[in-house]
Amino acid sequence: MDYFIELLFSGLTRGSIYALIALGYTMVYGIIGLINFAHGEIYMIGAFTAFIVATVLSIYGFPLLAIIVIAGVAAAVWSSAYGYTIEKIAYKPLRHAPRLSPLISAIGMSIFLQNYVLLAQTSDFLPFPALIPEFEFMEPVAHIVGSSDLVILITTTIVMLILTYIIKFTRVGKAMRATAQDRTMAMLVGINVNQIISATFIIGSALAAIGGLLIASHIGQINFYIGFIAGIKAFTAAVLGGIGSIPGAVLGSLVLGLTESFATGYVSSDYEDVFAFSLLVLILIFKPSGLLGKAETKKV
Amino acid sequence: MLLIKELKKALGVALWFVFLTFPIMVIKVDPIERIIRYRWENAAYVAIVTFTVYLVMSFIKLRKLRVTADKKESKPSRNVIHSILNNKKQLAVLSFMILAIALVFPHFFSVYQTNVMTTALMYVVLGLGLNIVVGMAGLLDLGFVAFYAVGAYSYALLNYHFGLGFWVVLPIGGALAAIFGIILGFPVLRLRGDYLAIVTLGFGEIIRLILENWGEFSQGPSGISNISRPGFFGMDFSLETSIMYMYYIMVIGVIVTIFIVNRLQDSRLGRAWIALREDEIACQAMGIDKRKTKLAAFSLGAFWAGLIGVVFAAKTTFINPASFTFLESAIILSIVVLGGMGSIIGVIIGAFILILMPEYLRALSEYRMLAFGGVMVAMMVFRPQGMIANIRRTYKFEKQK
Repeated sequence: MDYFIELLFSGLTRGSIYALIALGYTMVYGIIGLINFAHGEIYMIGAFTAFIVATVLSIYGFPLLAIIVIAGVAAAVWSSAYGYTIEKIAYKPLRHAPRLSPLISAIGMSIFLQNYVLLAQTSDFLPFPALIPEFEFMEPVAHIVGSSDLVILITTTIVMLILTYIIKFTRVGKAMRATAQDRTMAMLVGINVNQIISATFIIGSALAAIGGLLIASHIGQINFYIGFIAGIKAFTAAVLGGIGSIPGAVLGSLVLGLTESFATGYVSSDYEDVFAFSLLVLILIFKPSGLLGKAETKKV
Repeated sequence: MLLIKELKKALGVALWFVFLTFPIMVIKVDPIERIIRYRWENAAYVAIVTFTVYLVMSFIKLRKLRVTADKKESKPSRNVIHSILNNKKQLAVLSFMILAIALVFPHFFSVYQTNVMTTALMYVVLGLGLNIVVGMAGLLDLGFVAFYAVGAYSYALLNYHFGLGFWVVLPIGGALAAIFGIILGFPVLRLRGDYLAIVTLGFGEIIRLILENWGEFSQGPSGISNISRPGFFGMDFSLETSIMYMYYIMVIGVIVTIFIVNRLQDSRLGRAWIALREDEIACQAMGIDKRKTKLAAFSLGAFWAGLIGVVFAAKTTFINPASFTFLESAIILSIVVLGGMGSIIGVIIGAFILILMPEYLRALSEYRMLAFGGVMVAMMVFRPQGMIANIRRTYKFEKQK
């Protein structure tokens, strides 16, 4: 039973990290219909920025709490800046191009960013400082649920609540939903669509950066390649839940995280990714638009 | 006035990029030795480069504006290549010349160059194969490399276990890949657009992961080595001749592929694909069997990948799952899109540029993948329809005198 609960929590932890990244995919897809392949790289850059800032601060002898806050903010700020700039350079000129062009541009951007970090930093795995302390009150259950699992779950829940608030109740959120529904109509009612698209990229990137910080601190190491697998997994999760749907992305991520965790725990860790992708294929065969996606009916 | 405004803007852009690249370009930490190095010179490089690039870009934009203002009526984009393609005589001369150069190529260049050229030719065929799926039928396939892997492994395993030769396995590899194409095709028939893309991507990853983890079957990550090179009626070749032989096999392969793909494009099936790409519903209303047409596209595209997989295994004599990653699929897809989707000549040129560019940029070896990504973005931004856009077949009605 202990083993089951351990797997359950590790699955939830994984799932909530996927969710932070998947939200970026799904929001961007909902608004401009683009698979932002460079999103995984933004997550990686967030983790790297957090790593650099945290290490510098710890060398200068800052207290742990200050390090966590400053590194988190820095990661979010720089990731958002990257997301914003990437959109302006690689996607904005292609708004009206054939559908595949922005996708290729995104793949190119992803290759570029990976190699940029590889050249500017290093190709080695770097040890990420343990930012999340071991809590004393977690001592009795520490063999089942680690402190960082708990912190990750709580942080992601808070972030999700804030995001839900932004999207449901603020002006930006309303404008985003309007743009996602119908871009031309949104323009007609006076929404600055370009600004909204930028805002979407910024919010999505900040979420990915928080995910990057949390996972890097949880696993304890990073390198330039972590964005690729995480990106593909998160994208899988977004599609699983129905791309374009925000609750769908969260649900899909949790399902994916739990599947992976249980498959690793009970079957074999070699086939972890195979299970993830097989699950995706199976769900899409029976529910072609994902778990919560709306089946699109087209009028002729 | 305008100049000062532009200069100010360029300065702003440069500052923004300095800020953007600051943590990653400037700071370098060593977490074990606990040393921080500040590389301020990098910030200066970033500033200078972005400043100039922005100025050059805005200059080009300005000139473009002036030019289009000068002559409003610009001709539809038919360039030199299209005019040659439409002129039978010129086309014949040109193809003859290219063929002649291709035939004497290995006698004038080194073995290394020949080898590189063989690789480029392989990618031409791969690109043309994917072009059937993506360019003609409009089905975005991100896991094309899976079929390539199927071909390569079928040769490697059949050769390893049963000692079968290249020429025997070539059709088997192609057929196996085509069967895999149908296996993938069935479940995804109902999916549209991006869902299709991610399922094909997942399929490609599944194949690679199975090859990596099922050690008894595929020898896992260490791969299979000592695969025999293609024979020619039982003759034994030296390494150099066999590389040349491989090259000629690929030249013939490319010619055959171009011929077949060209014929396919104008066939009933090819036109059905194009109709499917343009509008699925209208296409079905015209009485085209969507299921058959899509499956045909998947299996035919996969067939070429399987053939090239066999050639790849024979050429390198060693394969392992690391050769069949998503990056490979992305490169083949880029060949198709960069060249111009649906346009055969475009795909050929795209393959040569994308495969030869990293080879000849090897001098800048560290930076070549960086440049590769950058060029992909730039290409899409400035010419999203690809280098040689596919021109639709149109009927012209001429006035009778």
